[in-house]
Amino acid sequence: MAERVVDRQNQYLRIESVTKRFGDFVAVDNVSLSIFKGEIFCLLGGSGCGKTTLLRMLAGFESPTSGRILIDGQDMSGIPPYERPVNMMFQSYALFPHMTVAANVAFGLEQEGVARPEIERRVREMLDIVKLGEFAKRKPHQLSGGQRQRVALARALVKKPKLLLLDEPLGALDKKLREHTQFELINLQEQLGVTFVVVTHDQEEAMTLASRIGVMNKGQIVQVGTPTEIYEFPNSRFVADFIGSVNMFEGRLIEDEPGHVRIRCDDLDTTVFVSHGISAAPDARVFVAIRPEKIEMTRGQAAEGENCVGGVVREIAYMGDMSVYLVRLDGGRTVRVTIPNIERHEERIVWDERVVLRWQPSSPVVLTQ
Amino acid sequence: MPYFWLAVFFAVPFAIVFKISFSYMVPAQPGYAPLFEWLEESRRLVATFNLANYQVLLQDSLYLNTFLYSLKVAAISTVLCLLLGYPMAYAIARSAPTTRNLFLMLIILPFWTSFLLRVYAWIGLLKTNGVINNTLLSLGIIDQPLVLLYTDFAVYVGIVYSYLPFMILPLYSNLEKHDLTLLEAAADLGARPFKAFFKITLPLSMPGIVAGCLLVFIPAVGEFVIPSLLGRTDQLMIGTVLSAQFFGARNWPVASAVAIGLLLVLLLPILLFQRYQQRELEASRR
Repeated sequence: MAERVVDRQNQYLRIESVTKRFGDFVAVDNVSLSIFKGEIFCLLGGSGCGKTTLLRMLAGFESPTSGRILIDGQDMSGIPPYERPVNMMFQSYALFPHMTVAANVAFGLEQEGVARPEIERRVREMLDIVKLGEFAKRKPHQLSGGQRQRVALARALVKKPKLLLLDEPLGALDKKLREHTQFELINLQEQLGVTFVVVTHDQEEAMTLASRIGVMNKGQIVQVGTPTEIYEFPNSRFVADFIGSVNMFEGRLIEDEPGHVRIRCDDLDTTVFVSHGISAAPDARVFVAIRPEKIEMTRGQAAEGENCVGGVVREIAYMGDMSVYLVRLDGGRTVRVTIPNIERHEERIVWDERVVLRWQPSSPVVLTQ
Repeated sequence: MPYFWLAVFFAVPFAIVFKISFSYMVPAQPGYAPLFEWLEESRRLVATFNLANYQVLLQDSLYLNTFLYSLKVAAISTVLCLLLGYPMAYAIARSAPTTRNLFLMLIILPFWTSFLLRVYAWIGLLKTNGVINNTLLSLGIIDQPLVLLYTDFAVYVGIVYSYLPFMILPLYSNLEKHDLTLLEAAADLGARPFKAFFKITLPLSMPGIVAGCLLVFIPAVGEFVIPSLLGRTDQLMIGTVLSAQFFGARNWPVASAVAIGLLLVLLLPILLFQRYQQRELEASRR
């Protein structure tokens, strides 16, 4: 796989304090964002978080109520969609049903006034890239969902846009095909070097595709970072909760040193020792977030020491590659733990067994908001 | 069941008309001689076919002339209906759902009044001292009343007015179903709105255009009320001739031959329509 070339010096797309209101409703609330040349940037959020509105403003279908959008240094205010150096892959693909695959792909080039032989050459080239060369004469309704998705991609890419916008690009595909297509999409992006902005509500999709993710909530960007940063270092309860699953405990800061902190949680019979400092007022109310896969589970009666609690197994979900355990702590709270199924013949922990849960001092994330 | 209806309301009447078209006219009831006669004395069944009715159709230039004139009037009216109806259907299909129903209601509203009454109303509007002429005279735009009634113009006005809803409704039902993201996709790929209309909306509305045109063209060819009330007296339409032969001259055999001739003329567009529908159906499968 080719290394993706991301030019971190080049703020290719700049969104400057963009707000979009529909009547009283604020769909996008003062969003500022820089996207670098050659990256795959994912806007991730639930439905109604404003991600699609933001994408439509990049395409030019909506105009910002205030703020501005610059692509490659050029202000896009007042520039209609048909004059923007941007192409979009629609969630529904929006293929022209009365045109063949080749005519669909050629459409954009025809609008540019490219010469006929040149159009034919580029269409053929593009269809070969998405492996649809032999389907050029088919109509969209004669194709499978995956093939249609590739036609939509080819149609958007053939114009060599500065920016390719993808609205839930894999949403209409089934799970197996989706995984396969994700990697194809990444390969294609590396091959062509086009900057991608992807909108999705599917965190898995965002994690695998993106070089960086912008998490959106209620019209605002709440965190921007690489998939690892977003997952391992969420900056708020919303992000920690939205990406993956997490066990969240409310607590009070009882010891605050530059190198470590101790937190007392009412729901846990133990203090949480965290091996890094945080910036919060002493005695402040904080939240401790621990990912289910970072908790170690062993059979045992008594739990002793910090970062260690006892409980009883209440539910087990066997997923094949791993098992999800719901453990009821002695204090009453239920904790989610995932254990990889490494051994085939292992005697696994079963219902109603007493267990001890432990985690590393580096595992918890302390959140103040 | 559909075949039963077809048999009762189409095949049987058609067979009767077809039979009459080969008969001789007799000045009695029912007005034509039987095709088959059982002769008691010679004990034979005698069939008497009369092809003269069709010969009249081909030889008398009146019939050919009226056929051609009817086709011309119907064709021009259809084009006018399309030019007027398309923008209206488009505007209705793109308006807000609440106003859309109101517009549709207004399109259908004229059907609540008798068709005949509405055509008569046009006489009042178009005649020499009618509403239009009087208004134009009193505004000083003209100083001589215009000759509007009993002209080709009046026939076009009448037909376009009467058949416009038959153009608008199928067009509307087609345009209303269009996926508007296709237009966004076209804009995204660099097509200006005007271009996007001709490349996307127009081709996709072809089924509506074809249906609307046939719904106007076919009845317009055979139209006889409008031309006989509003049209020229020196140029008849085939429907007028047909009704004159049936009810005026009481020459049922010739009238039947005219009806069969009309059917043959209309068969072509109907067959074309059917082939088109078949193609659409095959295209929309899967």
